[in-house]
Parts: sequence; C-alpha cells; structure tokens
Amino acid sequence: MTNVNPMKPSQRMKIPRQESIEQEAQVRNRNFQEVSHGFDEERASTEAQRCLECKDPVCQSGCPVNIDIRSFVQLIFQKDFSGAVNKIREANYLPAICGRVCPQETQCEEVCTLGKKHAPVAIGKLERFVADYEMLHDSFTPFHIKDQREEKVAIVGGGPAGLTCAAELAKVGYKVTVFEALHAVGGVLRYGIPEFRLPKAILDLETERIKALGVEIYTNFLVGRTATIADLFDEWGFSAIFLGTGAGTPTFMGMAGENLSGVYSANEFLTRTNLMGAYKFPENDTPVKIGKQIAVIGGGNTAMDAVRTAKRLGAEKAYLVYRRSRTEMPARVEEIHHAEQEGIEFLLLTNPTKILGDKGNWVCGLECQQMELGEPDESGRRKPIAVQGSEFVLDVQIVIEAIGQKPNPIIQSTTPGLKTGKRGVVEVDDKQTTSRAGIFAGGDLSRGGATVILAMRDGKIAAEQIHQYLLAKHNGELVQ
Amino acid sequence: MFINEQREKNLFRIISKEALASTITRYVIEAPFIARKRKAGNFVILRIMQGGERIPLTIVDSDVAAGTITLIVQAIGKTTKLLATMREGEFIQDVLGPLGNPTPIENHGVVACIGGGVGTAELLPIAKALQSAGNTIYSVIGGRTRDLAILEDEMKECSHQVFVTTDDGSYGRKGLVTDQLKDLLDGYVGINAVYAIGPLPMMKAVSNLTKQYGVHTLVSLNAIMVDGTGMCGGCRVSVGGQMKFACVDGPEFDAHQVDFDEMMMRNRTYIDMEKISDHRCTVYAQADVLEGGVAR
Ligand SMILES: Cc1cc2nc3c(=O)[nH]c(=O)nc-3n(C[C@H](O)[C@H](O)[C@H](O)COP(=O)(O)OP(=O)(O)OC[C@H]3O[C@@H](n4cnc5c(N)ncnc54)[C@H](O)[C@@H]3O)c2cc1C
Ligand SMILES: Cc1cc2nc3c(=O)[nH]c(=O)nc-3n(C[C@H](O)[C@H](O)[C@H](O)COP(=O)(O)OP(=O)(O)OC[C@H]3O[C@@H](n4cnc5c(N)ncnc54)[C@H](O)[C@@H]3O)c2cc1C
Ligand code: SF4
Ligand code: SF4
Ligand code: FES
Repeated sequence: MTNVNPMKPSQRMKIPRQESIEQEAQVRNRNFQEVSHGFDEERASTEAQRCLECKDPVCQSGCPVNIDIRSFVQLIFQKDFSGAVNKIREANYLPAICGRVCPQETQCEEVCTLGKKHAPVAIGKLERFVADYEMLHDSFTPFHIKDQREEKVAIVGGGPAGLTCAAELAKVGYKVTVFEALHAVGGVLRYGIPEFRLPKAILDLETERIKALGVEIYTNFLVGRTATIADLFDEWGFSAIFLGTGAGTPTFMGMAGENLSGVYSANEFLTRTNLMGAYKFPENDTPVKIGKQIAVIGGGNTAMDAVRTAKRLGAEKAYLVYRRSRTEMPARVEEIHHAEQEGIEFLLLTNPTKILGDKGNWVCGLECQQMELGEPDESGRRKPIAVQGSEFVLDVQIVIEAIGQKPNPIIQSTTPGLKTGKRGVVEVDDKQTTSRAGIFAGGDLSRGGATVILAMRDGKIAAEQIHQYLLAKHNGELVQ
Repeated sequence: MFINEQREKNLFRIISKEALASTITRYVIEAPFIARKRKAGNFVILRIMQGGERIPLTIVDSDVAAGTITLIVQAIGKTTKLLATMREGEFIQDVLGPLGNPTPIENHGVVACIGGGVGTAELLPIAKALQSAGNTIYSVIGGRTRDLAILEDEMKECSHQVFVTTDDGSYGRKGLVTDQLKDLLDGYVGINAVYAIGPLPMMKAVSNLTKQYGVHTLVSLNAIMVDGTGMCGGCRVSVGGQMKFACVDGPEFDAHQVDFDEMMMRNRTYIDMEKISDHRCTVYAQADVLEGGVAR
C-alpha cells in the first residue's frame, strides 16, 4: 500500500475538516429542496488531503459493506473521480444514497484514525461527492454481465435490501424479478426519507440502472396477496426467494386520543408527503393536514424527518417530544443538528400521556409529563422516570407518533414454516438464510429496524448465499 | 403457462364501462393476477394517474379466464369523477390487490343482506358467496332516490327476496333500509345474521337495530386509506375498544363492536381539502383538459 499524498501527517492534520455547502436554515425550512449540496471539487480535494493513508485503514472495518475507503479517498486525491466511484461500487451499489443517509459518525467515521485527535475524514461526504460527480458528468459505466444463468430469483420488496440483492444477482447472470407492493420501488428511501434529504431523482436513476442490468420490476404486487410465496415457487418457477419487506407497520403508544383527527403515525405523515407528494397539494391530489403547532413524538431519524417536514409544510411551531435526553437520541447527529438550526423546538425528558380533542374530534392539545433519568436499563441507557406533579399541556393541533415500526405480517402469515421471532421479525442465520429452504431474508424485516447500509449488507450477503445455494442445487447436491 | 402469457400484462386497461345510475358506473378492468386471487370481500387500491390519490374500491366480480375484475364506483369526489371521464381502452396507472380479508362465509341459515347506495355493489359478491354456501338471503337495497338503489336484478339472482327502499319514496318502500330490516327481524323468517354495507350512518343504524335483537352483524368499514397494506395506520378504527387497521384487520368487523361515531368524525378529516380537489376537477372537466384521456 503506497501513499499518494506527499504531505507530512502533521501538515494533513492542520487542514480543517471541510464543511459542505448548505442551504441557509431559515430559507430551507420553507422548501423541500435538498438541505446540503455536499462538496464541490475543491472541498473534496482538500478533504481528501486530510486522509492519513493509514497502514491499517480501520475506517474500512467500520463500514458494514467494507468499502475500500483508503483507496477511494486516494483516487479523489489524484482527481480520478470516476475511478473513486467505481472503487466504491465494488462494495456498495448505491453510493449517492449512502453518502447522504449513512450514520457515518457511528460507522466508518467513528473509527477513522484521524478522528482520535482531530475531526475524522468526511468519508460520507466524499462518497456522495464522487457519486454526484458521476451523475453530473453522466459518466456511469454500466456493468458488463458475463454469464447468463437459467435460474430465476424473486426479490420481494424494493427497498435497499431488495434492490441490492437484485443488482448483485443480476450481475452474476440470474434472471431477477423484484415484486414491490407500492407503485414505486425504493422502500423507506421512497416513502420515508424526505426529498430534502434524498432527492427522488437519485432513486429513479438508480432504479433505471438496476433495470438496465436486466432486472424486471413489478410494482403494485403485494406478495402474500397478489401471489403467495408458494405461487412464486410453483407457478412462477422461481428457484430462490429473497424477502426484504422491511419493517413498515407503525406502532402507537396506546394513549388516549390516538384516533382523533390530526393524529398521524410518522409513516402515514411521511408517506402522504413523500410518496404521494402531498407537499404539492392541490397540484397532487393527496392531502396532508398541518396545524399552527405540531408535536412529533420520538427521537429517531423518523421523528426528525417528520418534524422537519411539518415545519416545511408551514407549522409555526414544531416540537420534538422525546422522553430521554439528547445523548440517547438514536437519530443521525447531522439530522439533529439540522433540525435545531431549522428552528425545531426540542422538548427533552418529556413524555406524552394523552392527546386531547375538541368537540369536532380534532386534536387540541398534548398532555405531557416531565421525566428525569434514573438507573441504566438493560439497553444500557438511563431509564426515564416521571416527575410527580409535572404534567402540562402542549398547545398543538397535530400529533405525529414516531415511536417505532415492526415488520408487516402479510408474508409471514401466508408462508408456512417461516420462523419469526420477537416483534415479528423473520429469523435468519449469519448467512441470511431463513428456516425455509430457498428463502432468504434481510434488512429491517430480519433486524426490526436498522439502517440503509445494513439492509444493503444483508442483501449482498443473501445474494452470495443464493448464488451458492443455486450452484449446489444445479450440481445436484441438494434434493428438494 | 398462464403466468408467462400474462407477464407483460400487469397493466390495467379499462375493458368496458357501463353506467348503472347517473353517478354510478361499472368498470371491467384487466388485472389478471388480482382476478385469480380475489375472494368476496376483497378490495383494490387504485391510482388513476401520476400525482393522483390512492383510493380503495371493492372487487365486485372477477373473471379468471378473461383476466378481469369488475368495480362499481360512485363519482363523489375528484378521483372517482376523473375515473368516470376515462374511456374504454385507457389504462389506469396503478391497481393493487386483492387486499383485505375475504368475508368469512358460513351457513347461518337465513341471512339479511343490507345495501345502501353504492354499498350494494360491495355487498353483491358477499351475497353471492353466502348463497353458494347454502344461506337463504333476504336483501334490502336502499338509496336516497330511485336512481341510487342499484343492482336490483343482480341481487334478485342470489336472494330469496329483495326489498327496495328509497328515502323519497320514488321507488319501492318509502323509508330507510332499517324500517324494512325491522320488519324482517320482527317477522317469521328467523334471521340469524346480517351483512350491511353502505354509508356509515346507515351501518350505524343497522347495528343499533340488530343489537336490540341480538343478531350477529358484519359491516364493511370504508375508512380513509393510503397504502392498503398495513403500513400507515391511517385507516385505524376502534373495534371493541381496540385499535384495528381496516385495510388488513378488516375491512369487515363485528358491527356491535365498532365505534361508528369516532369513525364518522375521522372520515371528515380532509373534507375541506377534498372540496378544493373536487373544485379543481370540475374546472378541468369544464375546460376540457381531459380531452385525450386522463392517462395522457
Ligand atoms: C423516516 C425514516 C428515516 C430514516 N432515515 C435513515 C437514515 O437517515 N439513514 C439510515 O441509514 N437509515 C434510515 N432509516 C432506516 C432505513 O430506511 C431502513 O433501515 C431501510 O430502509 C431498510 O431497508 P429494507 O430494504 O429492509 O426495507 P424498506 O426500506 O422498508 O423496504 C421494504 C419494501 O418492501 C415493500 N413490501 C413490504 N411488504 C411487501 C410485500 N408483501 N410484497 C411486496 N413488497 C412489499 C415495501 O413497500 C417497501 O417498499 C430511516 C427510516 C425511516 C422510516
Ligand atoms: C374497503 C373500501 C371499499 C370501498 N369500495 C367502494 C366501492 O366499491 N365503490 C365506491 O364507489 N366506493 C367505494 N369505497 C369508497 C371510495 O374509496 C371513496 O368513495 C373514494 O375514495 C372517494 O375518493 P374521491 O377522490 O372521489 O372523493 P373525495 O372527495 O376525496 O372523498 C369523498 C369521501 O370519500 C372518502 N375518501 C376519500 N379519500 C379516501 C381514501 N383514500 N380512502 C378511503 N376513503 C376515502 C372520504 O370519506 C371522503 O369524505 C370504498 C372504501 C373502502 C375503504
Ligand atoms: S457506505 Fe456508509 S459506512 Fe460505508 S463508507 Fe460509505 S458512509 Fe461510511
Ligand atoms: S482511518 Fe481515516 S485517516 Fe486512516 S485511511 Fe481511513 S479515512 Fe484515512
Ligand atoms: S391504509 Fe395504511 S394501514 Fe391501512
């Protein structure tokens, strides 16, 4: 491993971490255009100079799909931007997306050597830069598929897990069909993550590229209803199936007033806005309600997306109500930061207890209780305890619950022998194999809610495993 | 093999279209995969064009050989009115189904099937299935006026007897479906179960009535839906004090457990915005923007 950067480490360390170009907070909180424009060429090159080109590039082990980060950063340093993006694509099929939405601070950037004393290399932003550069210069090199294989593989669910699995299998030469329940693929990337964080044009482009690999996509196809898993094997003639149906079923807190008009699950609120385009009502037909004051309950990425969306839709006051403290918030640091800049009001250590309604059954307030942190619980997080007599009512007209999701049970309940575990997740081993021969699963469906990159990792491992399974079957080693 | 022939056909062409009443239309739509799987009580979610809303509609009938499903739709707002402007041969952008749980069909002996307005269309496949299961069916179909009491002939085919009521007395008995149902419950026929589909106030009234008689009653809840697959929770209703998602836990529920008042209020959530959409739709239609079809 040779170095390409002639600068001394001490010199490199003096360069400050580059900031991306962003829309002004008070402007962007009124529009749906992308918040961050990322790096320009100059910033990317400067940032690449910071990398220490470590002999032991620990950053790579921090990336769930094991991207050769050191090499791609070196290629950026050498201004070979398409070389860099192709290097990334060896391990990660969707760099423009991961560069935008990965929680880098807990993955690649967390372990970066430079981060020990200084700010880590902005790996995510560099990844995004080369992917955007490629898009801008239309320099994508389509993958050349060598063999054609006879076997057909079905991918159920068009989220990041499914799309990655589909692309990987198509590259090996399998005939791949993706079945997606909604009218467009992308999963959470389509219906959950808003336009201002991930422009849908990127997703559309990636979808076209996956189709260009010969992958056939059926939208409007709910497996378990339009056809069952048994049908896919017996009538459609698929030899293996990957399940990547995510964890899209919303859960509710179970407090009084949840069926009032003006109460949403974050999933519904975001689906109306993103998938159905309600932010352009009445140009688009689907409406979404917004009040002068709104409250979003939760502290994860979903809650952040919902509260920032509500602000953009015109809420004067948008509160984020979270029962623990800021350090326990599971959302990406960048999103928390952006939300604060945009004027979101954080009500921390605050637990909602009841939604109040008016005569017309509309939300007119959220009753909350102050909390304090007690001893750590099993998860290691300090458990919030209610402070007696601290109840107060928040004046809001819309309440959005973002307290977690679980897998949709339609497939599990129509597929005999498919083992499920806690909260309805499909059980898999470390090779993404389920309890049924020929059926593999991954992403949020088996994890119960994780990240885009972990879903992609599962899709990739499953693709490799499906390949091995079909090779073995082909060679007659397996008798069904 | 069937699947291979149909592969390219996950497109949803309007095969035929026929007016049943001034605002109610029957559509036969190509949807081979749905046709094969559909059972009485199932519905589809459709979106007629890009930017359009996803709306649920009951599958009234299907023809597996022809690969088609039948929908009967009342034009009441933007989407349903735009649909009514579409022509035979045009394509509906998206149709997803079959959704929801099939109606539990048992032999109860004697059953009353109560349909109000376009609800009769949703009731028809259930009545047929009940008849096939050996039930004797007394049907009551109601409408505000003669025009809206639909499908009398079709209901006659599967019923022992059909009664029609209209609010204004323009046809059949003047009054509400519940007036007729009360007579049936009081009479000698011995009704063991009731299936009622129609506007929420009608289903509520039926439910209140049958509760007094202790007769098991099923209603189909027309909650506002988005995905129809259990992923948004927008269609939630209170049944027996518990939160249920109408699209995946229903759409049919034990009427006596349903909180109708809450649901009626929830269904009014977007009423102001629906008016805006409807108005835009009317303006479009007048300006003849729709010339050339919706799915341009
Ligand atoms: C609002 C929000 C924001 C998030 N932000 C981030 C972030 O910033 N960074 C990050 O890393 N992670 C984020 N996450 C988490 C991340 O999006 C998920 O972990 C990831 O999308 C999971 O991918 P998946 O492919 O397993 O499932 P999904 O993305 O959920 O996709 C599943 C797909 O399967 C389809 N489907 C379901 N059932 C069926 C069926 N029976 N038949 C056919 N199709 C079916 C669904 O319609 C869906 O399209 C966020 C999640 C949410 C909800
Ligand atoms: C399971 C189910 C089956 C149905 N079957 C039929 C049928 O066979 N024939 C038929 O004519 N109608 C049926 N409906 C009702 C039909 O979905 C609504 O008439 C339609 O959505 C109205 O849309 P619109 O844009 O034309 O009118 P809008 O002006 O948007 O709405 C008019 C009224 O329809 C309801 N509505 C609006 N949007 C939705 C939505 N996304 N989902 C559900 N309801 C909505 C509201 O109560 C609203 O007040 C069914 C509804 C459900 C839930
Ligand atoms: S995919 Fe995510 S974890 Fe991996 S290098 Fe890129 S930003 Fe880091
Ligand atoms: S750990 Fe950080 S400094 Fe070292 S090679 Fe990786 S990115 Fe560069
Ligand atoms: S319509 Fe979304 S959960 Fe029922």
